[in-house]
Amino acid sequence: MKPSRSSALLKRLQLGRRAVIALPLVWLALFFLLPFALVLKISLSDAAVAIPPYGPLLEYADQTLHVFLNVGNYIFLLSDSLYIAAYWGSVKTAFISTAACLLIGYPMAYAMARAPARWQLLLLLLVMLPSWTSFLIRVYAWMGILSNSGLINNLLMGLGLIESPLRMMNTQFAVTIGIVYAYLPFMVLPLYAHLTRLDNSLLEAAADLGSRKLNTFFKVTLPLSMGGIVAGSMLVFIPAVGEFVIPELLGGPDTLMIGKVLWEEFFLNRDWPVASALAIVMLLLLLVPIVWFHRYQSRELG
Amino acid sequence: MRFVRRINFSTVMLVLGLLFLYLPMVVLVVYSFNESKLVTVWSGFSTKWYGELFRDQQILSAVWTSLKIAFFAASMAVCLGTVAAFVMTRYGHFRGKTALSSMVTAPLVMPEVITGLSLLLLFVQMAQITGWPADRGMATIWIAHTTFCSAYVAVVVAARLREVDRSIEEAAMDLGSPPLKTFFLITLPIIAPALAAGWLLAFTLSLDDLVIASFVSGPGANTLPMVVFSSVRLGVSPKINALATLIILVVSLATLLAWFFMRRSETKRKLALKQDDTA
Repeated sequence: MKPSRSSALLKRLQLGRRAVIALPLVWLALFFLLPFALVLKISLSDAAVAIPPYGPLLEYADQTLHVFLNVGNYIFLLSDSLYIAAYWGSVKTAFISTAACLLIGYPMAYAMARAPARWQLLLLLLVMLPSWTSFLIRVYAWMGILSNSGLINNLLMGLGLIESPLRMMNTQFAVTIGIVYAYLPFMVLPLYAHLTRLDNSLLEAAADLGSRKLNTFFKVTLPLSMGGIVAGSMLVFIPAVGEFVIPELLGGPDTLMIGKVLWEEFFLNRDWPVASALAIVMLLLLLVPIVWFHRYQSRELG
Repeated sequence: MRFVRRINFSTVMLVLGLLFLYLPMVVLVVYSFNESKLVTVWSGFSTKWYGELFRDQQILSAVWTSLKIAFFAASMAVCLGTVAAFVMTRYGHFRGKTALSSMVTAPLVMPEVITGLSLLLLFVQMAQITGWPADRGMATIWIAHTTFCSAYVAVVVAARLREVDRSIEEAAMDLGSPPLKTFFLITLPIIAPALAAGWLLAFTLSLDDLVIASFVSGPGANTLPMVVFSSVRLGVSPKINALATLIILVVSLATLLAWFFMRRSETKRKLALKQDDTA
């Protein structure tokens, strides 16, 4: 700041600066941070037949403050094998889907980054286009393909390869396909961003020093694209753990996932405290991946 | 020989991956012209499901509701997200910077069920204390969508802001332009394409959201995904195929247009560079 400016102007600038910082900070504190505090609070309260359906945490009666801290909801989650199975099912499904996305997405991103420059924008748009159409409708598309009278079964039976339809809908397989299909673009995008930034002279140097192509890939390309692998994997894994739509439409009774259980606990059983406790445990489970992703992201944001 | 060398593992995977991404959508489009109500049996070409779609009042009013919410949410998200991106990239260190930058990117990865649940609990609590919102609907969905969309806008705009040559801004400030004026006259026009991209991204994200909207909406407001979801959880319906086809058509046309303009501006830029070189 120039010393010639008056202190009144400086003060006004300071004020303006604070106001600009305050705008997003206050909005996010109010509509992002505070809501989580409420979830934590309600996860510790009793369910009640009331509107809203939970009991108070603090009550002032007989001139004393009563605190009701109820860890019963959490104990309930641990004691019922349904919830443990749902958490395990979610993590397992998300893990398998993330691995599949990485195996399909990495070569795709690699080929895109190596494609001639004039093709790259078009290829990028082609990969992104599906994710701009409706998520719900893309999941729904698989209902018509995988069902017993669906496209695959009709085709296979028409060719005489199978006698009776394969049961694919409402299975673990259908849910995994759905997640891979829906989230593949989110894996390809950060990988592509990293692979295009790769310094070609490093690859040439490796080749000059006599490194074979596969060796160069594992020793140079793969380590340098680690940031993209982490970002892409987290962008698939984290939402997949909490996924509701895909297990609801493509899954069956044996594909338990926590997002669906939370939804049912909330909307069907109307047990808000247990739904909140489920959300808190899910958040704890995702804490490490979220922090990991965030650390990477803030490095990118600078 | 050159041709053979170009067919390698990753190119094959790219083609297969794109087929995987597009075949299900092609199937939807084809079956939207199917005469039969049984979606998987082909019984002749017909456009009757499009007629039925346009007679469905529930779907039409849901489309209108969704468009309104998406428009307002995207506009507000661009304002908030741009301010957040500007603060993160242009301001040095200040108290609360870490808190702000974690809160800005956190909604990107938060599972939707958690965001939806927590926002609903907030609205219920707010209604108890302040009397607002008395019943949930468009306003609460708008707030919820604005919150998570501004995260995406902030990331897109911050990426652009970091590439911008700061010397122009500094020159304006040195010549005595106050910060606000500098922002509106210099910075904003430079990052305008990123704002447009952020707005479009926020608009499509808001149009697409089912889970968060279901939590924070009341009986008064049904968005398109909510209506589609309640219809498809009962099974496949040819009317939804028709709707899907229209959505795919609109998005493809918009993408084609975007590609055309981006390529044209790229060619222009290259031409300008070439002229600079020869001059």
